[in-house]
Amino acid sequence: MSEATDLIGERRAVISGAGQSDIGRRLFRDPLELTLDACLAAIDDAGLTTADIDGLSTYPGASGPAGFSGGGITDVHDGLRFENIQWFCGGLEYPGQLGAVVNACLAVSAGLCKHVLVWRSVFEGSAQGKGGRAAVMPGGGSTTTSFKATGFMEWVLPYSAPSAAIWIAMLAQRHFHEYGTTREQLGQIAVNARKNAALNPKAIYTDPMSLDDYLAARMITTPLCLYDCDVPCDGGTAFVVSRIDTVPDLRKPPINVEAVATALHGRPSWDQYHDLTSMPAQDAGKELWKRTDLKPTDVQLAEMYDGFSFITIAWLEGMGFCGKGEAGPYIEGGARIALDGELPLNTNGGQLSSGRLHGFGFLHEASVQLWGEAGDRQVAGDPEVGVACAGGGPMAGTLLLTRRR
Amino acid sequence: MSDTAEVPFRIMPAVSDRNRHYWQGGREGKLQFQRCNQCKYYLHPPGVICPKCRSKDIGIEAVSGRAEVLTFSVNVQPWMPGLEPPFVLAIVGLPEQDGLRLTTNIVNCDPYSVTIGMPVQVLFEPHVDEEVWIPLFEPVRER
Repeated sequence: MSEATDLIGERRAVISGAGQSDIGRRLFRDPLELTLDACLAAIDDAGLTTADIDGLSTYPGASGPAGFSGGGITDVHDGLRFENIQWFCGGLEYPGQLGAVVNACLAVSAGLCKHVLVWRSVFEGSAQGKGGRAAVMPGGGSTTTSFKATGFMEWVLPYSAPSAAIWIAMLAQRHFHEYGTTREQLGQIAVNARKNAALNPKAIYTDPMSLDDYLAARMITTPLCLYDCDVPCDGGTAFVVSRIDTVPDLRKPPINVEAVATALHGRPSWDQYHDLTSMPAQDAGKELWKRTDLKPTDVQLAEMYDGFSFITIAWLEGMGFCGKGEAGPYIEGGARIALDGELPLNTNGGQLSSGRLHGFGFLHEASVQLWGEAGDRQVAGDPEVGVACAGGGPMAGTLLLTRRR
Repeated sequence: MSDTAEVPFRIMPAVSDRNRHYWQGGREGKLQFQRCNQCKYYLHPPGVICPKCRSKDIGIEAVSGRAEVLTFSVNVQPWMPGLEPPFVLAIVGLPEQDGLRLTTNIVNCDPYSVTIGMPVQVLFEPHVDEEVWIPLFEPVRER
């Protein structure tokens, strides 16, 4: 290997197992149960036992608003009584949710540990419960609250903009303005996701949805309608990230981490980032291809964050699957991003139709597809190369995965 | 906006020594920002050191209150108590410095009449009991 390749430390890491709990719109189960179900499934999938696990990594730790975290480091460490933990890390200020997976790759690459359990679980569906979304808003939906906005929220909450839907809608609007992108084009992200969700037994919304259905949906915040917004859910997702020299101990052929990227080249902010038509997804995308000889044309499936559909547009352009400003024409009609298209996109239905597993669902789907375990929605042709991209606004992290080596 | 107009509920910012100039400038009808006294760079959101020249000699300065809509969204969803939908969120750019911008509401117009590039001007919504004057923007009136 060349000197340059030696510096791509993430190549000493593999995805060795993946697991998911039950997933539902509102399960009303103990969120830690969902978290541990996913963790144990991932360990088993790798052909390992809890005694083999010597590293722990998660996003966002035990913090965040109601429903945002189903279990932090301590919950899982003690919940499964791990006795041989050499390294752990859980937190919120990561380059996207998959930053927790990147951390795990770096920990095994550095020789701190061999098998890192990585998880992300949510119970945002149940947390909203009967109170609806207002119940989980800052101030709890009360007009007599003493809550005061700080940090980034100081600059948006006093303006009645509590949701990233609005912050992202403003970027979409600017993209429409500069590049002529249309709702008919953007709608393909949601329509494609729904089509794929129908083939995913764990998906939440599977009823057929046409582009006309999409265009007729109620507006949330222009130009984003209901179907441009992902669906809060309950569920946990977990992986085992292993050091490459442990491959003989694993049950399945490993998925190699070819490259990761975590860049943020502008101001770390939803409204102060210099480019109002994009996000740091374009910074991570640019850096990713510097760490590999593979090209966007080698990628056989793309799992890209769709917390709001426009974020997927930013990732498609940022990762170089099309030129800047060209995602509208690129996805128009939907054939190119369909399961049998040249770039199958969000093959499990994404967060839009399969639930907001918050970033980790994309890596899970990429892994399952590369293992050939995706059932009715399996991408044909025995795909070997895929990408998982997560994060919107000032957070972006991506992993390029390959079975080749 | 007159003091007698009905003032909607808003979540209030936590006012501190660092941001007081922004949230209370409206008491005197001023839209104010921190500005580096050495290199003249405007800071927003406020900080403690000039991010351009690293000087700690930071002052407070009022700007013209003119701005341009860089982008916007007409919000229809009732997320929480507050403004009555539909209402407009916008990122507006200020002529005083390239990249000096803020998120705000565009008011006193049909929400669906707002466009990118529209010239707007500041006004303040008084929350006197909270000692906060929220900077808002409205279309520039022909005089």
